Amino acid sequence: MSVREFAERGADLELVGIQKRFPGFTAIEELNLTIPAGSFFALLGPSGCGKTTTLRLVAGLEEPTTGRILIGGKDVTDTKSHERPVNTVFQSYALFPHMTVIENVAFGLKRRRIGDALGKAHEALRLVELDHLAQRKPQQLSGGQQQRVALARAIVNRPALLLLDEPLGALDLKLRRQMQLELKSIQEEVGLTFLHVTHDQEEAMTMADTVAVMNKGAIEQMGAPEQLYELPRTSFVANFLGQSNLFTGQVVSTTSSAISVDAAGTRIVVPTSRAQRHQGEVTVGVRPEKVTLHTESPGEMPDRNLLGPGRIIDVSFSGVSTQYIVDIPGGGAVVVFAQNVGYGPVAVVGAEVWVSWAVDHGFGLADEPGETGRFPADDSTTSIAVQRREALISELEEH
Amino acid sequence: MAFAAFATAEVQPQAPKKRSRIALFLLLPGILYLVLFFLTPLISLVLTSLQAPSEFGDIGQFDYAFNWQNYVTVVETYLPHILRSFGYALTATVFALLFSYPLAYFIGVKARRWPLLQSLMLVLVIAPFFISFLLRTLAWKQLLSDESFVITSLKALSLMAPDAHFTGTPFAVIFGLTYNFIPFMTLPLYTTLERLDTRYLEAGSDLYAGPFTVFRKITVPLSMPGIVAGTLLTFIPAAGDYVNASRDFLGGPDTQMMGNVIEANFLVLLNYPAAAALSIILMAAILVLVSIYVKRSGTEDLL
Repeated sequence: MSVREFAERGADLELVGIQKRFPGFTAIEELNLTIPAGSFFALLGPSGCGKTTTLRLVAGLEEPTTGRILIGGKDVTDTKSHERPVNTVFQSYALFPHMTVIENVAFGLKRRRIGDALGKAHEALRLVELDHLAQRKPQQLSGGQQQRVALARAIVNRPALLLLDEPLGALDLKLRRQMQLELKSIQEEVGLTFLHVTHDQEEAMTMADTVAVMNKGAIEQMGAPEQLYELPRTSFVANFLGQSNLFTGQVVSTTSSAISVDAAGTRIVVPTSRAQRHQGEVTVGVRPEKVTLHTESPGEMPDRNLLGPGRIIDVSFSGVSTQYIVDIPGGGAVVVFAQNVGYGPVAVVGAEVWVSWAVDHGFGLADEPGETGRFPADDSTTSIAVQRREALISELEEH
Repeated sequence: MAFAAFATAEVQPQAPKKRSRIALFLLLPGILYLVLFFLTPLISLVLTSLQAPSEFGDIGQFDYAFNWQNYVTVVETYLPHILRSFGYALTATVFALLFSYPLAYFIGVKARRWPLLQSLMLVLVIAPFFISFLLRTLAWKQLLSDESFVITSLKALSLMAPDAHFTGTPFAVIFGLTYNFIPFMTLPLYTTLERLDTRYLEAGSDLYAGPFTVFRKITVPLSMPGIVAGTLLTFIPAAGDYVNASRDFLGGPDTQMMGNVIEANFLVLLNYPAAAALSIILMAAILVLVSIYVKRSGTEDLL
C-alpha cells in the first residue's frame, strides 16, 4: 500500500513471534497477535507490561529482536516508520512547538503531497471542535486541547492502522466520554483499524471490540470485553479487569456438569464448562456484584454457593451501590457490591452475615495454584483504603 | 491568626516599590561600569572620528571638529577591506556551522546514552581555550608554512603546485577564523540540541517525513536559538578579527581585514580619526546586519 493515498479501509495487523529485548531486560517475551481489519483493539495492562513497546514496534520506532510485523498482509518489519501506513497518537502528544495547530495537523498531508491539505486539516480540527484555535501555537492550548489536536493530526491522514497510546489520559471525565464516542464513531465510519494501548480497564472495555490483557511482556488473555470479564482465565486478568473474589482449594468431586472445590472447609461448586482445570488444586472465583449478602442464614440452596457466617469489616457507600468487605473465617475477605435498590447500606460494620452466589456465576482459573498462592499479596487499593481507615479510626480514638 | 493574614495583605502593595528601589541599587555598579568603560569610550570614539588634522601640527596631531568627510574618505580608501571582512567572516561562520552542527548533534543527541562520552567530547571542544589563541594561531602558521611537513608532502604528491603557498592566502585566513571560532559555535548549538526532545523527531517520521525532511522541518527549526546564538558569537568577533588575517599570523598583504586596517591607522599611520571612523562603521554595519538576521530568522519566541 502506498503512503501517498488515503487508506480505503483498515488493514489487518499481524505480529508473528515478536520478541523485543533491551540491554538488561526483555520487554516482550513472545507475542503472536492478529488484529482483523476494521476492528477496535485494546491492549490493556499495567505500566511496564510491554504494551507501549508493542505499539512502538508497530509504528516502526523500534525494531523487534526477532519476529515479523505484517500490515494488510505485507511484511513491514524492515520498512522505515515514515513509509508505514500507520499513524500514532502519542501519549506526550508530541505536537511540534514551532508550528501552529493547523500546520501541525496538515504536516502529514503535506509530506504525502495530498491536495487541499489545509482544507482537510481544518475539517479534522472541526471534528475535534478546535477549528477556532487553528492559528495558535500548541503551548497556548490546555492539555485536553493539545490531546485533541494530536488526535486530529493522526486521523486526518486516514491511516490503515491508527495507534493510540493512552490518548485520553489528560482529559476530564466529560470530555473523555465525548472523545471516546467520537473515536468510536470515526472508527466505525471509516472502518479503520484502531490499536489502543491503555491501562484504564473501563476505557478498554467501553471502546474496544477486542481486549487483550498484557502482563510481563506476554498476552494473558484476549477476547471480547464481556467474555473477558465473565470468564477470566488467570488471576491477573480476574483482578486487573474489575475485581474478583478468589478461593484456592482441592477439587473433591467432579460430575459431568460441575466440580466441587474444598476451600478451607467450605464447598464451592463451579460449572465444568466455566473452569479451566478440573483436578488437583485449583483457584476459583466470583465477581463481587454477583455475590448476595444475607443478614440471616438462608439455609442450604441447591444451585448457590454459600459462605458464612462472617463479619463485615468495611462498608463504603458510593451512591449507586455499596461495597461490603466480609471476613469469612478460613475463607478470607470477600468483597460484595450491592445495588442500593432500597435504602442505602443494609448492614453495618461488625454485623454477622452470610454471602452466596449462583453456581453458574463462578469461574475456575487456569493458574498453577503455586503461582497465585493461597494468600496473595493484599495490595489492592480497597484493602489499602481499609487499612488507612482503620489506622485513622484508632488514631482518633487515642485522642 | 486569620486576622493577621488580612493585616499583612494590606501592607503588601507597598512592597514592590521598596523592592524596585533595591533593584536599582543593585544595578548601580553595573550601570556605573557601563557608563565609565563603555559609554565614555564610545563618545570619545565618535568625537575622534570627526577630528581634523591640526593646521600646524605634527603627524598624529588632531583637533576637535565636525569633519564628517573622514567617513567618506575611509570608505573610499578601504572599501575592499570592509567587503573582505564581512566576506571572510560570513564564509568562516558558514564553515564553522557546517563543522559544528554534526559535532554538536552527536554530543547532544546521539551520545545521550553515554554521559561519560558526552562530557569527554565537551571537554575536548573546550580544551583549546586552555591555550592562548595567539599561540594556537601561531602554531598553525608553523604547521602550514612553506617548509612544513604538511605542505612539502602535499607538494611532493603533486597535490599542490610547487610555487604555491598556504599561509598568506584568503584560504588560510578563513581556515584560521573557522578553527578559532568552532567552540563558540559548538557550545550554543550543543545546549539547544541537548534539550531537543527526540519524541518530536519520532512524531515527524510517524507523519511520513523521511530523515532529511525531519531534519529540515523539525530538528533545524527547533535548534534555531542555538544556530542564531552560535552564528552571532562567531560572525561578530570574526568580522572585527585582526589576528588571523595579520601578516604575522596566517594572512598576507592581500588578506587584510578591517581589524588590520584599524590597527595600522591607530598604531602605524597615527591617523586616529580614520581608525575611529572605521571602528564606528564596523560597529554600525554589524549592528544592522545582526538585527536584520535576528528579525529574519524569527527566533524571538524561541529564544
